[in-house]
Amino acid sequence: MKQFAFTKLAPLAFALALIGLWQLLADLRLISPIFFPSPTRAFAVLEYRLADGSLWVSLAGTSLRMVFGWALASVAGVILGAAIGSSRLARDLLDPTLEFIRPLPASAVIPVAILFLGLSNAMSLTVIAFGAVWPVLLASVHGFSSVQRELADVSSVLGFGRREFLQKIALPSALPDIIAGLRVSLAIALILTVVTEMQSSLPGLGWDIFFAQRSYRSADLYAGLILLGALGFTANHLILLLERRTLRWRTLRT
Amino acid sequence: MRRFLLGSIVPVLFLGLWEISSRTGLLTLESLSRPSDILVAGIHGLLDGSLLLATLQTCEAALLGLAIAAVIGILCGAMLGLLPMLERITGPTIEALRPIPAIAFMPLALMMFGFGVTLEASIVAYACVWPILIVTVAAVRAIEPRLLDIADVLELPFWKRMLTIILPAAFARINVGLRVAAAISLVVAVTVEIVLDPRGLGYHLILASQELKIGLMYAQLVWLCILGYLLNAILRNVGTGSFTLWGSAR
Repeated sequence: MKQFAFTKLAPLAFALALIGLWQLLADLRLISPIFFPSPTRAFAVLEYRLADGSLWVSLAGTSLRMVFGWALASVAGVILGAAIGSSRLARDLLDPTLEFIRPLPASAVIPVAILFLGLSNAMSLTVIAFGAVWPVLLASVHGFSSVQRELADVSSVLGFGRREFLQKIALPSALPDIIAGLRVSLAIALILTVVTEMQSSLPGLGWDIFFAQRSYRSADLYAGLILLGALGFTANHLILLLERRTLRWRTLRT
Repeated sequence: MRRFLLGSIVPVLFLGLWEISSRTGLLTLESLSRPSDILVAGIHGLLDGSLLLATLQTCEAALLGLAIAAVIGILCGAMLGLLPMLERITGPTIEALRPIPAIAFMPLALMMFGFGVTLEASIVAYACVWPILIVTVAAVRAIEPRLLDIADVLELPFWKRMLTIILPAAFARINVGLRVAAAISLVVAVTVEIVLDPRGLGYHLILASQELKIGLMYAQLVWLCILGYLLNAILRNVGTGSFTLWGSAR
């Protein structure tokens, strides 16, 4: 019981103390309330805008953009990763080009994407997918290229074709790597969602925050930040859950 | 040799087809320049110094942010690593702050600092502090306990203990976090410039596209690729170098 009290209550008390400190600093008006509103104001805005539905719309826009962009990146990353990871020819052909493009900051693609696709959701999704593809791609390349020798032998004994080998042997064996990559990709997808929303005025949390600053409504800004943090936190934990679910067989085996 | 030849097929084919199709008029999209024009625009930008100046501005902000993040991250990380109880208490708060994209703080930082290098550095610092913090906690926790006992016996004051025992012993691992953060810092700096801050490479990139100087825009994109590639190469080598420096002292 004492253990429980410590591990659960102390962290909570710390978080509350921080919020209390924030409230105190805001009430003392040491920093201008124009950009440092009290937490009560921020939470009031959060409550009000959740109640009237406007924040849900933004949240939905941001989540959908993040998830679709991430899904695009995942599919592209796994397919490309499977090709590069399982064929030496594909690796030699594509590796240098990819290595050259990879360090490019994904947000730098925004101007090009705007020229081709305009200020649209398609532009946003393209940029998100471009930025989020790298972790999945690298993880899949690693996963597919490090399939155990014995497993490859088994598949040739069973007379598997290339497709069957990839589906039944290589993919499950690469899955732990891929899911780890997917988790990093999701975090990047959220970042790029916010960036593209700010850059091209797409309705979402990123744009909300940007707009709140332009109209000097700092409480709205903090409300948006809180919700964005909650979204990132939830998304990360959902993937961790998925990881534990899908990889249960691995822990059982060993 | 085989790898080099095979590796150059894709880019050469791509650039060649692009050049030929735009020369022959097959491709007349306004949003595509052609490789030769991009090269010319890039050389112009390099010669008149605008590209280099922008690069300096971006690097300045990235490095400043990285330095702030390193100081905060290593100090807090060492503290949390030495006091597991403190880490358990602050853990959930850190986990709640970490997933907020640093970019989302941009409007807030703009209100506080206005345009300029401080705005950029503060965002870079927020993005970079997490990997450094987390790696430092792990690194400090992995320090040989006998070393800490020695510090206790010698009754070293906090700062001395930090500088003579803890940091040298943990540096090889902290270095990994610093390298990750360095790669992040460039990306974040460019992103802040693209969205908000009117200085540096990111701003010039968006400016070129808005002025429809398409060749220059692509040239800057290629320049960013080269810059990132060089940074990665440098980080790989510097990392191992300083590892041996501290490692031999151990």
